[in-house]
Amino acid sequence: MDVLAILIPVSLVMGLAGLAGFYWTLKRGMYDDPEGDSRRILRDDYDDKPKS
Amino acid sequence: MSDTLEHPGVAACPACVATPAALERAGHGMGPGEARIVMSVPGAHCAACISTIERDLEAMEGVQSARLNLTLRRVSVQADEGIDAAALGSRLKALGYDAFELDPGTLSMTETERQGRDLLMRLGVAGFSMMNIMLLSVAVWSGASDATRDLFHLISAAIALPTVAFSGQPFFRSAAASLRAGRLGMDVPISLAIILASAISLYETFQSGRHAYFDAAVMLTFFLLAGRYLDFQTRAAARSAAQELAALEVPRAIRLGAEGAEETVPVAELRPGDLVLVRPGGRIPVDGVVLSGTSELDRSILTGETLPAFAGPQTEVSAGAVNLTGPLQVRVVAAGKDSSLHRMADLVAVAEAARTRYTTLAERASRGYSPVVHLLAFSAFLVWMWISGGDWRLAINIAAATLIITCPCALGLAVPAVVTAASGRLFRKGMLIKDGTALERLAEVDTVVFDKTGTLTLGTPEPTNLEAFAAQEKALAAALVAASSHPLARALGEALRREGVVPAALEQVAEVPGHGIEGQWQGRRLRLGRAAWAGAEALDVTASYLSIAGAAPRAFTFADRLRPGAEAAVSALKAQGKAVWLISGDVPGAVGELAERLGIAQWQAEALPQDKAATIERLQSGGARVLMVGDGLNDTVALAAAHVSISPASALDAARVASDIVLLGKDLAPIAEAQRIAMLSVRRIRENFVISFGYNVVAVPIALLGFATPLWAALAMSVSSITVALNALRLK
Repeated sequence: MDVLAILIPVSLVMGLAGLAGFYWTLKRGMYDDPEGDSRRILRDDYDDKPKS
Repeated sequence: MSDTLEHPGVAACPACVATPAALERAGHGMGPGEARIVMSVPGAHCAACISTIERDLEAMEGVQSARLNLTLRRVSVQADEGIDAAALGSRLKALGYDAFELDPGTLSMTETERQGRDLLMRLGVAGFSMMNIMLLSVAVWSGASDATRDLFHLISAAIALPTVAFSGQPFFRSAAASLRAGRLGMDVPISLAIILASAISLYETFQSGRHAYFDAAVMLTFFLLAGRYLDFQTRAAARSAAQELAALEVPRAIRLGAEGAEETVPVAELRPGDLVLVRPGGRIPVDGVVLSGTSELDRSILTGETLPAFAGPQTEVSAGAVNLTGPLQVRVVAAGKDSSLHRMADLVAVAEAARTRYTTLAERASRGYSPVVHLLAFSAFLVWMWISGGDWRLAINIAAATLIITCPCALGLAVPAVVTAASGRLFRKGMLIKDGTALERLAEVDTVVFDKTGTLTLGTPEPTNLEAFAAQEKALAAALVAASSHPLARALGEALRREGVVPAALEQVAEVPGHGIEGQWQGRRLRLGRAAWAGAEALDVTASYLSIAGAAPRAFTFADRLRPGAEAAVSALKAQGKAVWLISGDVPGAVGELAERLGIAQWQAEALPQDKAATIERLQSGGARVLMVGDGLNDTVALAAAHVSISPASALDAARVASDIVLLGKDLAPIAEAQRIAMLSVRRIRENFVISFGYNVVAVPIALLGFATPLWAALAMSVSSITVALNALRLK
């Protein structure tokens, strides 16, 4: 059961990392235009002005 | 107002530019000499559109950057001060996209965005917590015991309690509000279940109990928030659509000063007695009397008449009519709130108040549901107190399990998931739903009432009897119409050009505003225009009369061009078994002809706005559910009185405000499709209710008998929610 001492913190840290990542994407406005973004990735011209 | 006058483009074109306020407000928060212009581009739909629009706008001088949002179909442009929406609009028009300016600065828009992100954040937190707690719960379910189980419960509590406190706030707030109002909303059992589950689990954890419901509490929050978020998105889209439409037209007028100086002012600043100038092509901003100038007025948006009316000195004119040929100076009699436009708005308000408040399926479901849930949980508590002889810990555990299992997870998703799927589909077909309940109301419709001018027809005339004329006459007419921008002249000119008619050589061609066009040909006087002026008998259809001195005058007759998809929409609605009506303010000849052309049996002509509303009320009091499709000012009362209403994007803003759904494209065909989708989505909503009710029928007895474990609760909740969401996605 000693392994729990490692696994539980690891799972918590991973969860927190995911949450932090989600927070970052939210703040960067990545959920503002899901439809457009799904098409932009398939354009053949290079998008030199990605949304900042 | 000095601010707006710096934009010459706006001042020069009062009829085609919308919001001066937008430009004023857009200046805030930008660098000096920069403005952000947001435009709605309903036609954008593909990856190629993104490249085309962005590249073209960025190539325009003075534009720093352009970004198209395909989800909202909006392009946001960062540009120098000199660029205005009209310039961008005509640029987009040249690319083949219709564009309307929006107001980027309104507070409510950013407020909506903030609320959406806030909900999404709460949803995200609940989601990540749920995953972590599940990880621990799976260990407990698979047999962790003693100290390990207690440790896992403790960690779960440490994650769940802050999560519930943060993510559950929307429910707690709305439950508190509904309790204060003395009602039992859907959020009361939800909040009760979440709080009770958390509290009892915490107690059990400290007592080293076997069951803790932390996962259920967080999962409940997560699924319900998902439903809430979808619901919010649909509402936000509807609300911003309403705002967009309201922002489309800010009426402005040219006021003539004492020395004849022209000044562009908002219509709201006009006072009775002011003198305004209305240029050809402009809309008359006020009720008034013509002081000087002669012209013809297109009153179709007010009355539905397609025949232009003469206007000269002493003619009374009303706000909303479009000036066609010559400039008019108008003395203001009534402006703003007193004008006939506003009196119509009052009528609309009366009609809307009379429309009985519609109760949605979800409201009906929750009204029956909430008391039952509370009653069940409370009686479970009492019965188990009695059975176990006062073991309140067991009794509360069972009551909490009942609340959690009956909690309307699936019910909370049942409606928003379907409405989101349906409005997404309709949006792709070019329909914007302004009101959340419109879909349900549209599904109940059995009678469809159409307006004629501007709705079934485009309001653009087409010559119908060209073949009756000799080549000579056509050549003369082609030469005459080139001198005018009157709609009939333009339509005739275009049709003749298509036939390859070469205009004859004329002398002294001149437009006589309000009457027609005059010229000399081989020493003979030519006239093309109104019947009396050309010396002809007026027909009862729209016509322009050609008189050649020494010959009998002849009439070019015109018919309104059908809106694309009008025939398809009418025949599809008839195939669906709907009764179709045509009610117009136009003359019987024109209305009857159109009704025959489209195969509409019931029609009514020369209807005043009140007549239209009265007919609809008569139909509705006879048990019919009426869908009204209209665009003009004369339709607004009828639009508000009908069970549900649709207006095209080209409609007057008052009509769009009064209607529930707006057609973004020119095509009418989506109407029949929309009705089909509405009926389908109501069926899906009912199915979803049946599904979630079915889960309850199975799960509730288990909970009441005390066999429910956290594993059971988690299973029932997630399976029912996912089934409901998948069912909603079946909407084709």
